[in-house]
Amino acid sequence: MNSFYDFLIKNKAEVFKQLMEHIELTLVSLCIAILLGTTIGILIVIYQRSTKTVLSIVNTMQTIPSLALLGFLLPFFGIGVVPAIIALFLYALLPIVRNTFTGITEVDAAVKESAIAMGMKRSQLLFKVELPLALPYIMAGIRTASVINVGVATLSAFIAAGGLGKFILQGIQLNNTNMILAGAIPASLLALFFDAILGKVQKSSLKIIRWFSFILFGGVLVYLLISGFQKLNFSSDKKELLGGFPSEFVYREDGLKGLFKAYDFEMDYVEMEIGLMYQALANKEVDVISGFSTDGRIRAYNLKTLEDNRNYFPPYQAAPVARRTILNEYPELRKSLAQLENQISNEEMTVMNYQVDEEKKQPEEVAQEFLKNKGFLSKNKKSESKSRTIKIGSKAFTENYILAHIFKMVIEENTALNVELKLGFGGTKLLMDAMKNDEIDIYPEYTGTALLLLLETNEKERRDLFSNPDKVYDFVNTESQNQFGFEWLPALGFNNTFAILMRHEQAKELGLGSIEDLSDY
Amino acid sequence: MISFENIEKSFYQQLVLKRINLEIQEGELMVLLGASGSGKTTMLRMINALEKPDSGSIEISNKKIAEHNLFALRKQIGYVIQKVGLFPHYSVFDNVATILRLKGEKEGLIKQKVHKWLDRVGMSASIYGHKYPAQLSGGEAQRIGLARALVAQPKMILLDEPFSALDPISRVKIRNEFRKIQQEEHLTAVMVTHDVLEAVSMADRICLLANGEIQQVGTTQEIIFHPKNELIKKFMKGDQFQASLASVSLYEIQKYIKEQSILENIDSSSVLDFLQNSDSKFHSEVLDAFYKWKEANT
Repeated sequence: MNSFYDFLIKNKAEVFKQLMEHIELTLVSLCIAILLGTTIGILIVIYQRSTKTVLSIVNTMQTIPSLALLGFLLPFFGIGVVPAIIALFLYALLPIVRNTFTGITEVDAAVKESAIAMGMKRSQLLFKVELPLALPYIMAGIRTASVINVGVATLSAFIAAGGLGKFILQGIQLNNTNMILAGAIPASLLALFFDAILGKVQKSSLKIIRWFSFILFGGVLVYLLISGFQKLNFSSDKKELLGGFPSEFVYREDGLKGLFKAYDFEMDYVEMEIGLMYQALANKEVDVISGFSTDGRIRAYNLKTLEDNRNYFPPYQAAPVARRTILNEYPELRKSLAQLENQISNEEMTVMNYQVDEEKKQPEEVAQEFLKNKGFLSKNKKSESKSRTIKIGSKAFTENYILAHIFKMVIEENTALNVELKLGFGGTKLLMDAMKNDEIDIYPEYTGTALLLLLETNEKERRDLFSNPDKVYDFVNTESQNQFGFEWLPALGFNNTFAILMRHEQAKELGLGSIEDLSDY
Repeated sequence: MISFENIEKSFYQQLVLKRINLEIQEGELMVLLGASGSGKTTMLRMINALEKPDSGSIEISNKKIAEHNLFALRKQIGYVIQKVGLFPHYSVFDNVATILRLKGEKEGLIKQKVHKWLDRVGMSASIYGHKYPAQLSGGEAQRIGLARALVAQPKMILLDEPFSALDPISRVKIRNEFRKIQQEEHLTAVMVTHDVLEAVSMADRICLLANGEIQQVGTTQEIIFHPKNELIKKFMKGDQFQASLASVSLYEIQKYIKEQSILENIDSSSVLDFLQNSDSKFHSEVLDAFYKWKEANT
């Protein structure tokens, strides 16, 4: 608790900034939703033929998962505050439309009839009778919408729209609980605050509601005008390249900061979710991103990998890692997996990832096809009694899934052992714990990842190691065996390290081939 | 003042009004009497164009409804319904003032008129003006409903079972008060009810509806004592009527007979016939009272 307090104090400027961004996102989208939502609600009361259709469209909107919605909007609106506000607006729409509609329909028929019989026109009926009486319902809808918005707004950090989600996202990636709390607690308090305020307003008189809406809309309008002017002033000098990096990469010592230092350059950047980054690059929302060198999307979006000519990134060579005890017990395991040594090139791994990510094939299918082409599955399958089950684990991403399947097929092809897959572990630490507890026997790992866990040396030593992938492999193998009893089997051949990516055309146009070249911009 | 010409109307392919022809005179109180489903409410709602006839036409002040400005027309016709329908978000004062504001009258004049009409329905503005509908009893609310319908000084007033949700005592009281106002203001009134006693105690003329057709139009006495057909006889003697009679005091009946001066206009033997033919003990009490009254007056 104390350390959390310290974190807040230390970062109070950032907390305040994110809180304000969060309020901005919530209130602006809420105001748009109120204006459009009540209008739609009124229209579907008047044009009853459209009621069902409109309500089901708005309903459907609500069922789209928030991240998916942000993804849908990306090709049209790019990244940043605008698509975030649009997404939030879409979420806020349903409760407001539905409550406006219900509120008006629920007005006592006798009251409506009296009004009509008195000679009121449709508009008079609406503004003098229906809307005032529906107001408590509408306010309840707005209240629900505001709480939803505060929650969903935390996700807009994924598309570089800021807000308290930034802390939460970084906190999760950096495994920093205080950081997560610094985002989550203010967000919850904000939701409670909106709920309380709107609850009070909901129960008060027409006059107070009128004042409240006046202040709300006035405030947001003034704010938009001011920020609009600021944007106009700054938008003139927009020729520099813009980077888009995941929060983890931004905050790691060996991430962006180190990169800037190693190559002696700086660039403007926004923080983004990994999954949305590639698309943002393809859509020219950003110009440079950090990805992984065997990612299928490099192929899918025709991206250029800038050469790491100063060897800043450590080698991430993939290899099967196994518990030594199981290898000693079944030496045939070592032998069968050793066949895979240097069998998968960067290109081949990228293609396999592409087949799963973009062509939507199953990892199992892709693994089988690959092994068949390589001639690993030529022998007839043995059907001996399976004495022991070997458990293979993996982390939760495509490449690891494919590798796990490859390991499984190779083992089953060449030994009498049975294999069970335990895929989708949330992180390296979890997998290693499972290995230590004998819950997992083998899993695919990367030298660079292990190096970070095993090695705490100074920058100079690390850099010396980096220049030689074999040295890194030997180092992690020795250390793993000494510290945990895990043995590294021969490396598979490809190197899935960090890659700095650009669009092919732009790189060509600007004559960029390596990261070094970026410093000119 | 109001005339129905060959009105037909059906709902969901079911004919609810067949060839309706009716003239309502200026200043009279016409009661549309009938069981539920007889089409009486539909007829009433056609006068202020809440319903449209399928065929035929309705004339108001010798002008077809279609030729009137709908909103202006409605402002000249007061409308009172059983459920009252006061605006829950307005105070009593504002409820009554609404129609005057719609007409764009000046606030000073509005205040004066609202106060006057609240007084006339027995609801002083100083006590009730600031209350909200939720704070009123059923009888109070309906009085406000009346004031709201009358404040713009309409030429006509339509009432749809206005008093049937009220308790017997306030029902009779408000009935009489309304009748008084109606006569003083020379209002043309059309009232829908299924309550025979209410009809006979208030109407200048009664229009009896059954099966979507007008069975008979006539004064109270004509309907009671010279029913045109069996259907009407049955209706006037029905349980409903007896129950209605049982709900008022003997005194009320006596007063009613006096006020309506039935004996001066009609053959007293048919009154005797009417009362003797009904088998309730209550009616024999009425009969006794009637004899006593007759003795005293001859």
